[in-house]
Amino acid sequence: MQEFLQQLVNGVSWGSIYALIALGYTMVYGVLQLINFAHGDVFMLGAFFGFYFSRWTKIAQEPTLFGFFATLLFAMAACALVGVIIERAAYKPLRERPRLTALITAIGVSLLLENGGQLLFGVDPKFFPSLISETRLYESANLVISNLPVIILVVSLALMLLLRFIVMKTTIGKAMRATAFNREAAALMGINTNNVISFTFLLGSALAGAGGILVALTYPKIDPLMGLLPGLKAFVAAVLGGIGNIPGAVLGGMILGVSETMVAGYISSTLRDAIAFALLVVILLVKPTGLLGSRVGEKV
Amino acid sequence: MKRLAAFIGFFLLFLLANRFLPEIIDPYYLHLFTLSCINVILAVSLNLINGTTGQFSLGHAGFMAVGGYTSASLTFYLGPKIIATLDFLPAILAKNFVFLFALLGGGLSAAFLGLLVGIPSLRLRGDYLAIVTLGMGEIVRVLILNVEAIGGARGFSDIPAYTNLFWIISLTALTIAAVASLTASSHGRAFLSVREDEIAAEAMGVNTTYYKVIAFVIGAFFAGMAGCLFGHYLQLLHPNSFTFLKSFEIIIMIIVGGLGSIFGAVVAAVILTLLPEALRYLGPVKDWRMVIYSLALIILMITRPQGLFGNWTPDFRRWWPFRKPQPVA
Repeated sequence: MQEFLQQLVNGVSWGSIYALIALGYTMVYGVLQLINFAHGDVFMLGAFFGFYFSRWTKIAQEPTLFGFFATLLFAMAACALVGVIIERAAYKPLRERPRLTALITAIGVSLLLENGGQLLFGVDPKFFPSLISETRLYESANLVISNLPVIILVVSLALMLLLRFIVMKTTIGKAMRATAFNREAAALMGINTNNVISFTFLLGSALAGAGGILVALTYPKIDPLMGLLPGLKAFVAAVLGGIGNIPGAVLGGMILGVSETMVAGYISSTLRDAIAFALLVVILLVKPTGLLGSRVGEKV
Repeated sequence: MKRLAAFIGFFLLFLLANRFLPEIIDPYYLHLFTLSCINVILAVSLNLINGTTGQFSLGHAGFMAVGGYTSASLTFYLGPKIIATLDFLPAILAKNFVFLFALLGGGLSAAFLGLLVGIPSLRLRGDYLAIVTLGMGEIVRVLILNVEAIGGARGFSDIPAYTNLFWIISLTALTIAAVASLTASSHGRAFLSVREDEIAAEAMGVNTTYYKVIAFVIGAFFAGMAGCLFGHYLQLLHPNSFTFLKSFEIIIMIIVGGLGSIFGAVVAAVILTLLPEALRYLGPVKDWRMVIYSLALIILMITRPQGLFGNWTPDFRRWWPFRKPQPVA
């Protein structure tokens, strides 16, 4: 039972990171119907921005809670900037083109960030400084809960609530929802859809940047290809919950994180990478639009 | 009769090529030629699924892996026994017979997986299908990692080197010819109609389900054979060669060539195989070659989104000197 709880704690903390990344995928898909394959690499950039910022400001040498939040905010802001630049430079010229073209461009941007990262940061993994010293909050015979998963969970939940507030309560959030519903009609109503799309990228990339920092806290080995698999799995999480659906992304991320750690803990850790996809295939066979996705009728 | 003559002619020509080309061409160029041909087979077969039928498959590397590993286990475990029972044949014939058997085995196993993946495509479309095929490819890779009999994470080594120029050239030619004539046939029209408008196609009596599955099965069959050639050429198969990046690579080939154009797929497969090699000679900027490659891809997509050749395929028959005069339309 306690082992199960231990796995559950780890699973939920992984799941919340998947959910953070999946939110970016799902929001961009909502407004553009584009699978932004470069999103996983923005997540990688978040970890590297945090790495260089904390070294440059000497936060890495004497970690404080304030320093951690400063690093987090810096990485989020830098990633948001990168996301907007990617959108303006690579995706905007393709807005009216077939969707496949934008998809291939997204793969191109992803390759560019990975290879550029290998050139810039070096191929060897770097060690992310432990910005928060690990302490044990609860300890018993075989259940140890340290502060890291709790901090990860709290930070990601706070960010998700903030996102929900922005999307549901503010004017720009309303514009985002309108654009996702029907871009042309939104533009006719006087919404500057280009700005809304850029803002969507800004939000999504900032969340990915935060995800990068949070992952680097628990798995401090960071390298330019670290975004590849988590990015893909976060996308799977978004599809699992119904792509384009914000609560769906959170649900999908949590399901994925928990089931991955359970499989790794109880069956075999080498099968861990397959479970995400197996789960995806099974759920899509039963419900082709994902758990919370709604079926859109095709107009003839 | 004429076809049979042409077939035998090509057969002899390829045998001659197999005998004499290695003596006159530098091994490095032959290596690039072999890799290009394998990529041509992959690109042309994926083009049938993605370009002609309009189903978005991101799992071609998975089909290739299944074909490669199945055929390698056939030649590695069964091959010596078959050769022993075929001792009345000359050794070289027996070896090539085993390879033919492995090629078919690899192709058929991949085709079976294609059937399994094709079935969900009845219910899923667009991005959902893309992610399921991608997931299938990753599942295949992780399963291979976990089977020790085929090498697991160490890779499957000591595969007999059966791939030679004859098989490379004839399978490339066979793939191009088969996909081209299939596309030009009435079945090809049905594939195209599924791509253009599935509902309209169905209303006109095209069995869209059947054609979608068939496209997957045929595409996977050729990809499996490409995997077989690949494994018996390098004598080593490693799960890391079959990540989703390999699938992306093949997709990029057919998009750069122009989705739906077989000619474009062939040219782009050759260019994109040679380009990273050619960039090695750039001297001081050779570290930048993958960056240049990805930048070139982005710029190409922004400036020429229909790919290099769009839907255009040159009419080679026009240059055939003996053709009958065509009626003027």
